[in-house]
Amino acid sequence: MLEIIFFYLAATIALIATALAMTRANAIHALIYLIVSLLAVAVIFFLIGAPFAAALEIVIYAGAIMVLFVFVIMMLNLGKEGDARERQWMQPRIWAGPVLLSLVLFAELLYMIANIEGSLSHPAVTAKEVGLSLFGPYVLAVEIAAMLLLAGLVGSYHLGRRYLERGE
Amino acid sequence: MDGLNIPLNHILLLSSLLFCIGMLGLMIRRNIIFILMSLEVMLNAAALAFVAAGAYWGQPDGQVVFLLILSVAAAEVAVGLGLVLQVQRRFKSLDMDSANRMRG
Repeated sequence: MLEIIFFYLAATIALIATALAMTRANAIHALIYLIVSLLAVAVIFFLIGAPFAAALEIVIYAGAIMVLFVFVIMMLNLGKEGDARERQWMQPRIWAGPVLLSLVLFAELLYMIANIEGSLSHPAVTAKEVGLSLFGPYVLAVEIAAMLLLAGLVGSYHLGRRYLERGE
Repeated sequence: MDGLNIPLNHILLLSSLLFCIGMLGLMIRRNIIFILMSLEVMLNAAALAFVAAGAYWGQPDGQVVFLLILSVAAAEVAVGLGLVLQVQRRFKSLDMDSANRMRG
């Protein structure tokens, strides 16, 4: 029963945070809301019994991909007005919304850790099954994903190298 | 079957709502960084639908596809952000409409 309430709470947070992210004028503010939305989706993954997917969601989506966004936004904003903008970002009304939303998620997570036998110890699909399936019937897809990542690596290196050499 | 107490329709509804928000963002924003963010939201919504269906039927396939979506998103965002740097360098603006013509 409680899982269902948690699900609706996390779903509401995900929807609100995504809608706010899409409507912010400032890219960094939007990014903070987007991270909250990804965290909420990770909580939903936990609730539906996919802890492995939840961990990957946090590590890769909210970690690696969002850090890429932050890097690029920071690279583009190298200017004199950087300091003023930095000070403007520190105002409480900017980070209060994301903090509030992620605090709700944190409370849910704390409750789930405290009652760990509820949702975490009986995953619907364990990481072992995923791994066996990934390197069993889906091994061709893994190879294709590897090729795709290699192509992405080469492509982004090519695009970024020319920026670093001739830009500025 | 036993792992999922939450109705599958509601998760799918959430996923489609997230997808629609992402598509709306894609259509109303002209800043290229926001366009990339909207693409991330849409990919994430699709991944949510896959994981929910996989959990509902107790099959690992949903999470396998989730992993593939994750790698697609990573590759897409790396190339996309490289393009953002190029657009910024060439047009001095992040507006997509400034990059609306091809050479030649």
